[in-house]
Amino acid sequence: MTGVPYIRAARGPILTRRALLGGALAGVGAAALAGCSTPIGAGLANTQLAPGTVDYWNLFGGGDGVRMQEMQAGFTKAHPEIGLQAITLTWGNPYYTKLSLATVGGKPPDVAVAHLTRAKTLIAADLLQELKPEDLARHGMPAENFNRRAWDAGLVDGKAYAIPIDTHPLVLFYNTEICEKAGLLTSDGALAPIKGAEALLDALEKVKAVTGAYGVTHGINSDYASPWRIFQSMYAQLGGSVLANEGTEVVLDDAKAKTVLSYLRTISVDRGLLPGSADYPGAVALFVEGKAGFHFNGEWEISTFQTAKMPFSMTLFPHVFGDTYVVEADSHTFVLPRRPEHDQDRLDRALTFVRSMLDQSLTWAQGGHIPTWQPFATSAEYRALTPQSNYAAAADAAVYDPAGWYSGSGSNFELVVGSSVGAVEAGQVSPDAAIAQIRSKLADLAGTRPPV
Amino acid sequence: MTTTAERPRSDPAALRRGRRREGDDAQARHGLPALGFLAPFLLLYGAFIIVPALYGLVMSFFHTSLVQGGLGGFAGLRNYSEALGSADFWQAMWHTIWFTILTTPPLIVLALFFALLAERATRGRWFFRLAFFAPYILPSAVMALIWIWLYTPVLGLLDTAVAKVGLAAPNWLGDPNWAMGSLAIATVWWTLGFNFVLYLAGLQEIPRELYEAAAIDGAGPWQQIRQITLPLLGRTTTLVAVLQVIASLKVFDQMYIMTEGGPNFSTRSALLYIYDVGFTDFRIGYAAAASTLFFLLVLAVSAGWMALIRRQEKVG
Repeated sequence: MTGVPYIRAARGPILTRRALLGGALAGVGAAALAGCSTPIGAGLANTQLAPGTVDYWNLFGGGDGVRMQEMQAGFTKAHPEIGLQAITLTWGNPYYTKLSLATVGGKPPDVAVAHLTRAKTLIAADLLQELKPEDLARHGMPAENFNRRAWDAGLVDGKAYAIPIDTHPLVLFYNTEICEKAGLLTSDGALAPIKGAEALLDALEKVKAVTGAYGVTHGINSDYASPWRIFQSMYAQLGGSVLANEGTEVVLDDAKAKTVLSYLRTISVDRGLLPGSADYPGAVALFVEGKAGFHFNGEWEISTFQTAKMPFSMTLFPHVFGDTYVVEADSHTFVLPRRPEHDQDRLDRALTFVRSMLDQSLTWAQGGHIPTWQPFATSAEYRALTPQSNYAAAADAAVYDPAGWYSGSGSNFELVVGSSVGAVEAGQVSPDAAIAQIRSKLADLAGTRPPV
Repeated sequence: MTTTAERPRSDPAALRRGRRREGDDAQARHGLPALGFLAPFLLLYGAFIIVPALYGLVMSFFHTSLVQGGLGGFAGLRNYSEALGSADFWQAMWHTIWFTILTTPPLIVLALFFALLAERATRGRWFFRLAFFAPYILPSAVMALIWIWLYTPVLGLLDTAVAKVGLAAPNWLGDPNWAMGSLAIATVWWTLGFNFVLYLAGLQEIPRELYEAAAIDGAGPWQQIRQITLPLLGRTTTLVAVLQVIASLKVFDQMYIMTEGGPNFSTRSALLYIYDVGFTDFRIGYAAAASTLFFLLVLAVSAGWMALIRRQEKVG
C-alpha cells in the first residue's frame, strides 16, 4: 500500500496481528537462546544446569537446617570452584518418595542425605551407587575413619553405600536444679547413673516429689516415633528383636514386650510419673516449665532447651533392663543415587562435598548429634563440647530399626508399633491387647510381597 | 450446558431419489481436515491419558514395583482382593466420601447465596465478583500455605480470634476430629468462586420480565427466589452439583500439603492412599488395582448423575 506512513497509521491499527505474532516469536526465540542456562531451559534441553555443580538434597529443617546451611556455606568458601545447588525437602515420607522417583526417572541429585535405616531400603531397591574403597580412600574417607558400629550397620554384603555423618540416639534430658533438689546429682554436678528398672522408678518418684507434677515427659499424642524409640531401647536391652529376614518375619517376643509395656504402664498410668496424653511440643513445654525433671527425647532437641535458657544437661538413656547396654538410634548418612551414566568427575565432586561436610563435624555436633567422623569424635574439641559429649558412648551402643522395606525412620513400621505403645502409656489399651494389635498389623505388612 | 445446532436431517424422499443434499456433502468434505486439526490433541490425549490408563489396568493384574523394570510376577486378582480386604483402603474411600459430603452442600448453597447477593449489587459489582472468584485462581500450594498459617496453634489468626470470643480453639489440623472439617472449610473458601461464576451466568439468563410480572402479582422477594429463580436455575444447579461431586472425590492437594494424610491417617483420601502405596511404598501394581476400583466408584457416581439429568430433561 502506498502513501505516507502517518496516513497509513491513521487508517489501520497501530499494531497488526502479524506484527504482534512476529514480535512474540522473536521474543520467544531470544528467550530460548538465553534460556539454556536457566533451570527451565536446562530441564527442557536436558543439559546440566551449570557444569561443575554439586546437586545436593537434604531434609533438614529447624535447628538442623540452620546448621546445615552454615556447613554448606563453609563448603562454598573452601571450594569456590565447585558450585552448590542445595535443596531442602519436607522430612519423612515425602522426601524419600521424591528421592526414589528422581532416581528412577534418571534425574537424581549428585548427593543426598538419607537415614541409615531408610538407606537400607534404597539399597534393596537398587537406587544407590556403591561406594568403592578406592574412591573413598582417594578422598581420605576409609572405613577406619568412621564409627565402627555406624559404618557396619550400613554395609550390605560387605559393600558400602552410605557415609554416616552422625548417630542420633534417644537420650535423657534432666533439669539440673530439680535433680539437685531431689538429691540425684553426684558431687561434680552430673546425674548419677541410673541402672535398673527399680532405680529409674525411684529416681522418677524423687523428681515428682520436687516438681509436684511429673517425673518425666515424652511425646505420646500424635507422636508415634517417641514411644517407639523408648520401647525399642528397653526391648533391645532385654535382647529382643521385632522383625527378621528383611521384614518378612515377625519375631516379637511376647514375654519381653509385655515386660516393657507393663513397666511403661506402671510409670504413666499406675504411678502417674508421666503424662499420658502429652504431644511432642507439649512434652517439651512441660520440661521447659519445670513440671518434670526428666525428658526422654532425641538429642536434636538440645537447641530448644538452650534457647529457652533453662538449667539442663544430657546423658545416656538409662540402662533399664538386661546386662548389655543398647539404645535406639539412627544415623544420617550421605548417599550417592544411581545415575544412568557413570561420570567420574561428578563422583569426585560429590565425594569432595561429603568430605567437606565431615570436616565441619564440629558445627554438626553442636546440634546435639554424635559425630561418626573419628578424627573429630576422638578429638579434645569434641570432649570439651558439653553436654553433647556426655552421651558419646551411645554411638557404640546404637540399635537401629530392623531391616525391612516398610521399616526405617518415620515409616509404617514405626507407626504401627509406636501408636500401640503410646496407647498403652495413655492407658487406652492393656499390654496384652497392644501386643496382639502389633502382631496383627505387622503380620499384614510382613505378609505383603516386598516391592524391592 | 452448551447447546448444539441441530444437524439438518436428510429428506427421506430425496435420499430415496438418490440425491445428496448439500449439507451431507459439506460433512464429507470437512471430515478429513477436521481430523487433521484434532490430531495434535488426540495424539497427546492418547499418549498421556488413554495409554497410561490402559497400562495401569494391565499393571493392576501384576505385582509391579516402581523400582524394578517390567511388570513383575502375575498376580491375577490378588491385588484387587487385597484392596477390597484392606481396612486402610476402605477408610480412605470413606474419608473421600465424607469430604465430599462436607464440601458439596456448602459449595452449592453458599455459591448460590453469594451469587444472588452479588447480582443485587448495583455499585461496585466488579469488586464483589472479583472478591469471590479470586481465591479460585490460587494454586493449591498457595491456598494450603495461607490456611496452614490461619490454622497454626496458638499463634494463628483463627486461634486468636476464637480466643477473643472466649472459647478454646481446637487443634484445627492436629485433632483427628477436626482435621477433615478444617480442610473442608479451606476448600470451600478456595473453590467457591467457580460455582459462583456458574450461578451468576445462570442468574443472568433469567428474564427480568418474570420478576416484574411476579412483583405486579404481589410476590415478595423470598417468594420470587423460591418460585422463579430456583426452578429456572435447575440446570445450573445440576451442572454445579455434578462438577462439584466429581471434583471433591478427586481431592488430593489439600490433604497432601496440609496434613499429609492427617493425624493418624484421619484425612487420607483415596487418591492420597493410592499415592502412598504406589509411590512411597513402590507397590505400583497394587496402587493400580486400588485406583481402578476408585475409578469404578467415580464412574458409578457419574452414571447416577447422568441418569438423573436425563430424567430431569425428559420431565422439564
